[in-house]
Amino acid sequence: MIATPFTPVASLLGGALIGLSAVLLMWTTGRIAGVSGIAARLFPPYEDSQFAGRLAFVAGLIVAPILVRLVTGSLPAQTIAATTPVLIVAGLLTGFGAVWGNGCTSGHGVCGLSRLSVRSLIATITFMATGVVTVFLMRHWS
Amino acid sequence: MAILVQFAIGLVFGLGLIVSGMSNPAKVLNFLDIGGITAGTWDASLAFVMAGAVAVTFIGFKRVLKLARPFFAERFYVPTREDIDPKIIVGPAIFGVGWGLAGFCPGPALTALGFGSTSAFMFVGAMCAGMVLARFIARLPSSTGIVTPADPLET
Repeated sequence: MIATPFTPVASLLGGALIGLSAVLLMWTTGRIAGVSGIAARLFPPYEDSQFAGRLAFVAGLIVAPILVRLVTGSLPAQTIAATTPVLIVAGLLTGFGAVWGNGCTSGHGVCGLSRLSVRSLIATITFMATGVVTVFLMRHWS
Repeated sequence: MAILVQFAIGLVFGLGLIVSGMSNPAKVLNFLDIGGITAGTWDASLAFVMAGAVAVTFIGFKRVLKLARPFFAERFYVPTREDIDPKIIVGPAIFGVGWGLAGFCPGPALTALGFGSTSAFMFVGAMCAGMVLARFIARLPSSTGIVTPADPLET
């Protein structure tokens, strides 16, 4: 386990940027900034004509660190401890669960809670709980 | 124009993930690790990410949703469902296990691609497969007689 510093100011500021992005997307396209919903709809079946916009949003997500590296010359720490098999299983579960539950950390946790949605509150409490239990079992169960 | 704007909005989202520290799975896992509270290794930062994001979105949505229509669309596509079905618990429960295993949720995982990490590519590949599979299963004719919503992704 790698210790990480407590960063309340940077995290609050970064969180505000995420919120700003969600508000801007609603203001311009009228849609929820739910990353899993946006990413999942990049694959067929296609139900509307928003493909290019969704692809552009995802491209923005991916280009952000490249821009940060160009401007500041470096990137903040990123430590991925999971092994390849764990990453594959985790990815499958994350993708499947996000679609099955109609949203992820952004769609339910940010946009849904901000709309005072009961469904999103239940979803957020549930994934927080199973996330906590999973980490507990991985780190302290031996 | 609308495409460029959505690219910029995705960029702001990605910058938020990087500035907040959420693009680092170690930080996410240290938040989810309640065993770290007594050990002194708990990282409460993620709560501040959520607080900052929800505060801005709560105020911003209130103002924006008072408008007649969005800038580039005819109407707002705000989720209307209020029913509590098994999927709204089972889905997030599965999602949370995946999140806890690697420390990645969809946004940070996509942003991690731009960090150039091989691990992120493997996670995102599997994540997309999981998404496609879930949509496929959700569209299968129901044998239980339970009517599934027309759009399985509608929040």
